Amino acid sequence: MSRPARILVAVWPDWPILAAGRSPEERAVVVSANRVVAVTVAARAEGVETGLRRREAQGRCPGLEVIAADMGRDARAWEPVVAAVEQLTTSVEVLGPGSLALATRGPSRYFGGDAALASRVCEVAAAAAGRVCEVAAAAAGRVCEVAAAAAGRSGGCQVGVADGRFAAGLAAGVAPPGGLVVPPGASRGWLAPQPVRALGPGLAELADLLERLGLPTLGDLAALPAPAVLGRFGPEGVMARRLALGLDGRGVQGREPPPDLAGQAIMDPPEQRVEAAAFVAKSLADELHSRLEAAGLAATMVAIEVETEHGERLVRHWRHEGALNASALAERTRWQLDGWLSGAASGAPTGGLTRLRLTPLEVRPDGGRQLGFWGGTADADARAARAMARVQGLLGPEAVVTAVRQGGRGFAEQIRLVPWGDARQVPAGRPSGAREPADCPVPWPGRLSRPAPAVVHQPPRPADLCGAGGLPVEVSGRGVLSTVPVALAVENGPFQEILHWAGPWPLEERWWEAGGRRRALIQVVTSSGAAHVVSREAGGWWLEASYE
Amino acid sequence: MHLLLHTIRPRTEDRDRDQRSKANICSSKMGGVVRPGAGTGSRVDRVALDIAAAAGRARPVVGAESRLIEVPGPLAPLFPEGGLRQGTTVAIEPPGGGASLALALAASVTAGGGWVAAVGLSSLGLVAADEMGVDLRHLALVPAPGRQWAAVVAALIDGFELLMVQPPAPARPVEARRLAARVKERGAVLLVVGAQRWPESPDLRLSVGRPEWEGLGAGHGCLTGRRVEVEAGGRRIGGRPRRCSLWLPAPGSGRMEDIVPAVALAPVVEMRASG
Repeated sequence: MSRPARILVAVWPDWPILAAGRSPEERAVVVSANRVVAVTVAARAEGVETGLRRREAQGRCPGLEVIAADMGRDARAWEPVVAAVEQLTTSVEVLGPGSLALATRGPSRYFGGDAALASRVCEVAAAAAGRVCEVAAAAAGRVCEVAAAAAGRSGGCQVGVADGRFAAGLAAGVAPPGGLVVPPGASRGWLAPQPVRALGPGLAELADLLERLGLPTLGDLAALPAPAVLGRFGPEGVMARRLALGLDGRGVQGREPPPDLAGQAIMDPPEQRVEAAAFVAKSLADELHSRLEAAGLAATMVAIEVETEHGERLVRHWRHEGALNASALAERTRWQLDGWLSGAASGAPTGGLTRLRLTPLEVRPDGGRQLGFWGGTADADARAARAMARVQGLLGPEAVVTAVRQGGRGFAEQIRLVPWGDARQVPAGRPSGAREPADCPVPWPGRLSRPAPAVVHQPPRPADLCGAGGLPVEVSGRGVLSTVPVALAVENGPFQEILHWAGPWPLEERWWEAGGRRRALIQVVTSSGAAHVVSREAGGWWLEASYE
Repeated sequence: MHLLLHTIRPRTEDRDRDQRSKANICSSKMGGVVRPGAGTGSRVDRVALDIAAAAGRARPVVGAESRLIEVPGPLAPLFPEGGLRQGTTVAIEPPGGGASLALALAASVTAGGGWVAAVGLSSLGLVAADEMGVDLRHLALVPAPGRQWAAVVAALIDGFELLMVQPPAPARPVEARRLAARVKERGAVLLVVGAQRWPESPDLRLSVGRPEWEGLGAGHGCLTGRRVEVEAGGRRIGGRPRRCSLWLPAPGSGRMEDIVPAVALAPVVEMRASG
């Protein structure tokens, strides 16, 4: 077993914060699917950590600014940093927004050792990130005084150098400013005291099992005989053991791909819009993936390459720990194109894109996928997913949504729309897979009972209610109607006679803060047989919903 | 016997070669997807692929073997065949009632594991969809397709069994004809909500009339259910329109139900105490 190559991994903790243009002194968090994924230094000082639920974080730190996660924004902002590091060496691999890797063999000699290279990468990345933050802050219309120094003080770029990607990644995670260098050949010893949790989210289940079996550290796992690990834990276990030994996870199975796997698309006329280029990338990624799949291979590293009408050629390598499937590949291509086309970096293309090429650089045999026994991916689901992906290519990823039921009083608030492809996570406080009972009266008093209206006007349409003798209908502070409503008009239309009505149901929500609402709902049935929900809010009547 | 064993567990080198050959066939002829590890004898495999390719080429443009999509029980008398035929265009006509009826049809499609898309229905009540029994995981929404709505619908026809469409502007006849033809070819069902924006005559027209709401009084009660009369007409029905009366939504369940004469409605309770 030969020693793996020396690798430098640079990670920027809480990169999404910087990409959103917030300085470490502000109290802000980035939240994805209701969980905190990145925290500023100031917020961390108040006890906010990643992994907390949004509300819990707000509870610990009043006045916390919550920013929605956007992987595309993070990747776009990361691109200038990658370009800056690329000035030091070629073949920089992007591992994801906020992390990159490079082989140190050549550049270490040039710069005088791993430690010198690590501090050099830190400096360069911090300088580039400072510029990124200024741009992001300007785009967000804010003043952000994050110069390179401030970025460095806030934990900045963390660099780890070790044998193999895994050990380098772990070293980067705990690196002090200036970088952490694990000496050549010492990776195994350095990894031994690390917990098995460090194997990463992809092997979390295995790590959990190992812990319960009394193997809490990587050293314990590495000490087991390989055949026994294979027999008990399967290929996954062998991979974990190799990582624990400081070797590359997949051993020597990686092989040079046959040359005909690369896919390219020629764009005529040249394309300058990210959306259009990303749509081409999507079909190209699908094509490449199906070709790899037919050959029984899965790509772990892909080169994304474009040429412009002015003859420029831009290449970036993207690596993924698991295998890159079609949608992951398309996503990364989109981020990369976005980074190039909308980036202000010096390497931005000057003309439209004429050629896009995706080349799998590292492939491995695809272990295949075990379909679920119950409710597995059926053929119909795959077809629907493809159709939705095409529409997302046409209109953008936010255009296709699915609905998730959640708690709330208003009809629109009871529904959360999730772009197709994002996790349909259950709101906080419920075990995954649990479903809110449709008629759950406990947490939402004041909600109208069944049936719900089939049409919910968004935004509500202005309406007018009048009482007997043309008197205006009002709702008092105690929730009583001033007079009986007899006619309803919608958007200055003709008045229709009201046959039946009930209410008002007062709703006072979040009165303790600025975004609170105070309104009253009434149900009416008009002479045409139509039933509506009309609300009184801010001195006016609004048609909220219709029972069509 | 040898062939059988071979089929079940090909030796590694065989499988490698097979996959290589399959890859070549796929990329040259079909561009299709073959799962790794499903290798069989290479000759048998090649023949099977050839047959599949030939079948693909020979498939008629018009779906000859369209199936029926089940409709909710109370609606069955409206359909001459007892269900929605795949590849048809159905229009729901004003006035009113269209959204509930569309959701009831969507519920029966998702109940069978099918997928439903709603294009341009930006004000669809999704709580009502959930109560009607629509599986929200199988309901894709494109609330604002804009000018490209026809392209969006055309793309979705490939993957969805039921497409609820509300064109943001009156559809051009050529667009409508093209979509109807594509639906026919792919075996989906196009449900046009708001028939006034659809220039072509659909296979089936549904309209909801004579609504009678239950549960609401003069200042008290709350809406519980509605009796409606649904009428079906159009090319597939022939001369005389078919009618049926049903609950939409029914008191209690919130779904579409038959009107059973013995159903005793819960008395309306006075909600507000006097004084």
